[in-house]
Amino acid sequence: MGIKSSTPYGKDFGGCGLAGIIDRSGKSVAGNMIVSSLTSMKDRGNGLGSGYAVYGAYPEFKDNFGVHVMYNDAGAREPVEQLLKTKLKLVHAEPVPVKKIHAIADPPEFWRYFVDPPDSMDKTDEDAIDDLIVNIVMDINERIDNAYVVSSGKNLGVFKGVGHPDAIAEFFKMQDYSGYLLLGHTRFPTNTPGWWGGAHPFTILDWSIVHNGEISSYGTNKRYVEMFGYKCTLLTDTEVVAYLLDLLIRKKGLSLAAAASVLAPPFWKDIEDMDPHKKDYYTALRVSYANASLNGPFAILMGFDNGILGLNDRIKLRPLIVGKKGDIVAIASEESAIREVIPEPDDVWAPKAGEPIIVTLKEDAKQ
Amino acid sequence: MLYKNPYNHYFDYVVQRDIDKCIRCKACVTQCSYGANYYDADRDLIYSLDHNCVGCMRCSTFCPTDCISIVRNPDAFRLNANWKDHNIKDLYKQAGTGGIIITGMGNDKPFTNYWEHMVVDACQVTNPSIDPLREPMELKTFLGRKPDKLEMNKNGDITTKLAPQLILETPIMFSAMSYGSINYNVCESVARASKELGIFWNTGEGGLPKALYGYGKNTIVQCASGRFGVSPEYLNAGAAIEIKIGQGAKPGIGGHLPGEKVLEGISETRMIPVGTDAISPAPHHDIYSIEDLKQLIYALKEATRYEKPISVKIAAVHNVAAIASGIARAGADIIAVDGFRGGTGAAPKAIRDNVGIPTEVAIAAVDERLRQEGIRNEVSLVAAGGFRNSSDIIKAIALGADAVYIATSALMAVGCTLCQQCHRGRCAWGITTNDPELSKRVNPELAAERLVNLIHAWSNEIKEMLGLMGINSIESLKGNRDRLRGVGLSEVELQALGIKQAGI
Repeated sequence: MGIKSSTPYGKDFGGCGLAGIIDRSGKSVAGNMIVSSLTSMKDRGNGLGSGYAVYGAYPEFKDNFGVHVMYNDAGAREPVEQLLKTKLKLVHAEPVPVKKIHAIADPPEFWRYFVDPPDSMDKTDEDAIDDLIVNIVMDINERIDNAYVVSSGKNLGVFKGVGHPDAIAEFFKMQDYSGYLLLGHTRFPTNTPGWWGGAHPFTILDWSIVHNGEISSYGTNKRYVEMFGYKCTLLTDTEVVAYLLDLLIRKKGLSLAAAASVLAPPFWKDIEDMDPHKKDYYTALRVSYANASLNGPFAILMGFDNGILGLNDRIKLRPLIVGKKGDIVAIASEESAIREVIPEPDDVWAPKAGEPIIVTLKEDAKQ
Repeated sequence: MLYKNPYNHYFDYVVQRDIDKCIRCKACVTQCSYGANYYDADRDLIYSLDHNCVGCMRCSTFCPTDCISIVRNPDAFRLNANWKDHNIKDLYKQAGTGGIIITGMGNDKPFTNYWEHMVVDACQVTNPSIDPLREPMELKTFLGRKPDKLEMNKNGDITTKLAPQLILETPIMFSAMSYGSINYNVCESVARASKELGIFWNTGEGGLPKALYGYGKNTIVQCASGRFGVSPEYLNAGAAIEIKIGQGAKPGIGGHLPGEKVLEGISETRMIPVGTDAISPAPHHDIYSIEDLKQLIYALKEATRYEKPISVKIAAVHNVAAIASGIARAGADIIAVDGFRGGTGAAPKAIRDNVGIPTEVAIAAVDERLRQEGIRNEVSLVAAGGFRNSSDIIKAIALGADAVYIATSALMAVGCTLCQQCHRGRCAWGITTNDPELSKRVNPELAAERLVNLIHAWSNEIKEMLGLMGINSIESLKGNRDRLRGVGLSEVELQALGIKQAGI
């Protein structure tokens, strides 16, 4: 299982199903909800990868970074824990609870660590702290054999592996979790064999991505993020989207909407027709961040601490549907998956190509 | 002693004429500018002086009865794997004249052509191809410095002002060819085509004829070591300025314009006397180091109020990546890298055929180096040197180029048949000659149309290729080496190109 990229451009592709649910009031949604939503689209996957992201999973450790690590070999634990203890303050460590089931054969080992930046660091310099966490994640993924960081955000738990969505949910005991924002993904990898690290969501800090599609611009995007120290080690094109968003939003200071229009930029012919102010704005974004635009078919859901972003490619080559009822908003590959959790939505629609759907928690929402 | 120089006997071509079909129209006689055909009135027959024939095909093309065939001289030296025909002939020539052999066009030696060892990926099932007949397909390209980060104010408005950019409707430009090396009509053809296509042409080092100032918005004006034609007015007339450090066909030496080609208009534009050789110095005499280059870059920016991107063109040489990095850091907005297959109006043959490296590996090395240093965004990279078709261009962009320069192929669109006689100023196709009678053979209106046709055809092919890769914007191909594979290359060659072997 221990696959490290042996080539400079390793990746694989997927046709997949994705789902996300958010309660804008900040109330917890049961883990089972996302499982049933996703399981209704079981035929979009082939059992070679499923996963979930739960925002609000760890209220008792909500101010610590929660680092989930997958070990393909028990021997990899020691160097990882050594690294975490050296570079960070380890607050709590425990194995991720799992249930051994027949459908999941030979799973790797999962641990989660709740960590703080070292005392020597200025706690108000969030950017430096985030950079440190990103570097440690890259370091573990690249340097320590058989160890992969599954997630590294605050109050965020990511559970993923090789199996159908219901089996992975049972294995990770998804019924025991709840959160204000849940993401799920079922995978149909078509180029390389499914492996545990290749299941979605892909994450860095608070960003988590589930993706259906294939990134034709992968080589361009990968080489761009590499210029800023990111390392694509997980053999799949989706990983690069997580790094792109971290780069654009956290490092380049773009708003979500601006970042979305970098990933799926308006066509030049449409920019030509805009008023001068908008024209300059979109021209500057496209020209400056051309290497970050995603080409090829995609539907992505991106979770972050305050909400969710849904986005399609510029010519909508993958499905993405939104439904809402009151404060609950669900976004999924198929309407059936939405009706599984919102049987009678107030509204259901298909966003236009390249049109970002951004749903954030309400001002008064308490996580 | 030899009574006759063997070179004059062992000539390259033979003009064969079918007397039965010849109607004595004398088109071949008037069309040949090298004196290879003549009419014998006494016998009412047309004969050829084969040793004058350069193989340009002008006569056979213009023969109304197709009675002429130009064939390689079957009279052959004894086969010798070491002493090839051209080695022997060049030696005889030099023994006869004591001179450096000058030639025209690009390196014609059989070096590995890496374009022919790279193949392009296509979509199947998992990723739909995009049909350019039915979906928008974007080739618009911006050349110039890009900001590392756009600063925004509280309202989310962008406060960073973009550096000046060249905006191309398709990632192809006409490379530097000086007025003088090509005549005014060809300059005008290229300028007209650029305007119509929304791309750029490059003056080369010969200055800009006054009558072409109207095409300034589509013109890159060059500033080379000879400073021919450079004035404040000239620098401000173009859309961008290019400092020519080197040329792929003759790295390390300056431009050559034989005095035979320096006629009135050229003399005026270059600001030199009629009939004098215009031999540019090998280096710029104010650039002996990278810091000197920086001074010139900023002097030119000052002279044009920071309104125009500054390009620096270098020949592809062994250390091209490090040099390009220095150029980027010296403040250039565009770097043009000219590989050793790039053409020339005149160059010593020994240099043309033996100095420099292929564009393919140079672009790969430069792009990779600039990325490693995190400064790839600060400059645009233009590949030049021997592009023959749209697929060469696709591959160059996938290796990391932002756009390409073409010149030989542009001249071919106008009629050039690659006879390599540009330096003689007698071009029978009316391209690399300033002889008023010969120059008339190029009609700017018709030539511009052929150039436009060529670029349209290539752009459409590029769109098709992007579509089959599932890409609808050229920017998603830039540096996307993942979509290339190598066939028949060694591991170290694959490594130099930064691509994987086909099948992996």
